[in-house]
Amino acid sequence: MSTLVELPVIWYGLVGVLLIGYAILDGFDLGVGALHLFTRKDEHRRLMINSIGPVWDGNEVWLVTGGGALFAAFPEVYATVFSGFYLAMILLLFALIFRAVAIEFRSKVSLAWWRQTWDVSFGAASILASLLLGVAFGNIVWGVPLDGQREFIGSFWDLLNPYALAVGVTTVALFMMHGAIYTVLKNEGDLQAIARGWVNNTIIFFVICYGITTLATLVYVPHMIQHIREHPILFVLPLLTMLAIANIPRETHHGRDFLAFLSSGAAIAGLMGLVGIGMFPILVLARPDPNMSLTIYNAASSPKTLTIMLIIAAIGVPIVLAYTSSIYYIFRGKTKLDSMSY
Amino acid sequence: MDAVLLSRVQFGLTIGFHYLYPPLSIGLGAILIVMESLYVRTGNPLYRQMTRFWVRIFGLTFALGVATGIVMEFQFGTNWATYSRFVGDVFGSALAAEGIFAFFLESGFLALLLFGWDKLSPRMHLFSTVMVALGAHFSAIWIVVADSWMQTPAGYHLVDAALGRRAEITDFWAVVFNPSSVVRLSHTILGAWSAAAFLVLSVSAYYLLRRRHQEFARASMKIGLLVAILASLGSLVTGHSSALVVAQYQPAKLAAMEGHFPASAPAGLYLFGWVDEGRQQTAGLSLPGMLSWMVHGDASKPVTGLSAVPSQDRPPVNPVFQAYHLMVGLGMALIALALLGGLLWWRGTLAETRWLLWILVFAVLGPQAANQLGWFTAEVGRQPWIVYGVMRTAEAVSKAVSAGQVLTSLILFTLIYLALFVLFIFLLDQKIRHGPLADDLEVAYRRR
Repeated sequence: MSTLVELPVIWYGLVGVLLIGYAILDGFDLGVGALHLFTRKDEHRRLMINSIGPVWDGNEVWLVTGGGALFAAFPEVYATVFSGFYLAMILLLFALIFRAVAIEFRSKVSLAWWRQTWDVSFGAASILASLLLGVAFGNIVWGVPLDGQREFIGSFWDLLNPYALAVGVTTVALFMMHGAIYTVLKNEGDLQAIARGWVNNTIIFFVICYGITTLATLVYVPHMIQHIREHPILFVLPLLTMLAIANIPRETHHGRDFLAFLSSGAAIAGLMGLVGIGMFPILVLARPDPNMSLTIYNAASSPKTLTIMLIIAAIGVPIVLAYTSSIYYIFRGKTKLDSMSY
Repeated sequence: MDAVLLSRVQFGLTIGFHYLYPPLSIGLGAILIVMESLYVRTGNPLYRQMTRFWVRIFGLTFALGVATGIVMEFQFGTNWATYSRFVGDVFGSALAAEGIFAFFLESGFLALLLFGWDKLSPRMHLFSTVMVALGAHFSAIWIVVADSWMQTPAGYHLVDAALGRRAEITDFWAVVFNPSSVVRLSHTILGAWSAAAFLVLSVSAYYLLRRRHQEFARASMKIGLLVAILASLGSLVTGHSSALVVAQYQPAKLAAMEGHFPASAPAGLYLFGWVDEGRQQTAGLSLPGMLSWMVHGDASKPVTGLSAVPSQDRPPVNPVFQAYHLMVGLGMALIALALLGGLLWWRGTLAETRWLLWILVFAVLGPQAANQLGWFTAEVGRQPWIVYGVMRTAEAVSKAVSAGQVLTSLILFTLIYLALFVLFIFLLDQKIRHGPLADDLEVAYRRR
């Protein structure tokens, strides 16, 4: 019985790690996508796109693998959420398609209208993808109508409740801030100077959204702080998250861009960790009857599958981390344009 | 139309469109290893120029493959939620393994393949190429394993879990090495190599006809022909082994492929024909006893026919028959073409044989069509089951999704994919017209 209890907890953590990895990594390239429309110069846009050129695709794999892990570890959640949020998921897919092809297509023809079209697609798709991911998260926290078979019984419009939208906009702001810091880190000269301005503005944008969303959470979804209230030691996490956020302008002010980037990554991890702690052990909260919720216990795969998957992860993840970090290391330094660039 | 039919059409459309690209990534990956190894061994800048040119084509097909591939992973959940709940314990693991072992490898090293030229030594760049190609092949392994489990399920049992009845793993290796996975994988991979080899042949033939980049075209042609001969002949062998597995585990599918109705009688092999499902007859030119001979090694032994299968368990017969026979016909034509090309190459007259070069220019469509028809045969031939003998397709669809929602997404997918296809062809054509770059003859690798 002890394995039955422990394995779903481990997988709750591992799926969480994959999603945090996704948010930190794809977060900056979604943010770069949202921001690149704010400069009109083709050279700046090219530099921004090429700064994420070698890595965006690998970053998206974190989402694909997170989805696969969710399917394998908690098939009921994968089924309920993906079918329940049908139109939102399809829109997310379209956004991801447009992002992928826009990067590939824009550089192939040097006509101004062609580039502008793909730039707008890329920017809009980046914002839409961030927003939808945030809205999905917001709904899972807020609660969704589920029947006894754990089927979603609401409509598309139910997903657009104010709380979920607030989480969505906060996510856009968070990724824009993260992307702005990345742009400063990876560029030099006048683009870097412009991006420093974006960092200041996006920090303000994010902090306002963060404040509103946190207030809404405390007032309207108090179950999210129950664990922290019961175990005061957990208060360390919101504290550290707050410090990480506060540290971003400090590091940028001193020109320590890499540390600023790490702080913003830590802030993302902290925020998602807070959601993880708040929800535990619920994966999809049912509204109005929380007894209908999908939890890590009723939604999990068999202990055998969870064990097999654990072995797969134990073999695969260290290798992935080793070569992914080597690749980031090889592409360190400022972005330069050459004949193979986008 | 109901949600089941619409979801099936949408899955068919999105997977069919997606599958234009992965075979090219898999096959070009393998071909790039050959080209770049030749460069590293010989130091001949021509091979470097070839590698750089085909890497550009690879980058384009890879981008389309990624963009349309993520749709597939999500669609099990969006449209086939009941299926996902039922098989997630078994099927989900294969998809997760694909992410960890294949997609990370492929996309990570793709960065070095595309943008690492001046950051790596030639050997390290070749290593990246090998890793990208390995990633593409690994991805084929896991997805074919997952699909083969739906064809010939093994290593599982049915259990009443917390929220309903579902399949759970009993033996992971039995799932991975289910009866059809190895033969189907080899057939899939060879089909992918064919697709890429004929693309190389098509582009090279075009340059030879236009008398442009001739040295480049001849060298590419040689590699393309070699891979095309190996892959097309190998497809015949693995196709035969696949059919034997179908005969043993999915008799209804085999009977549909050959339009064979009598419950238990020796069966012929049709060269072509037309199935009248209402009158349960197949008209066409058939080699008597040939199917019995291929399955049992004895022309007089009986083969199970569709009459032995309850009518509610039969796949649509004529579509499967036609798709299968077209695939086989195309496969034979590709073998003939590859061998003829190889012969003329050996004689040294291929570059002057303009009619054959013209055929080669358009033959790029052959393996693509054969791959699509092969998957159509495999998947439609499995109907009415989604997991053969275990779960019906009609029971597998999402309960929370209405027909109207699926229709909306289907229309949008159709429009977007049409646009993507037009853009892909436009950009591919542009790259081909542009040709290999003279700059690429100069070494830009980092020398260590």
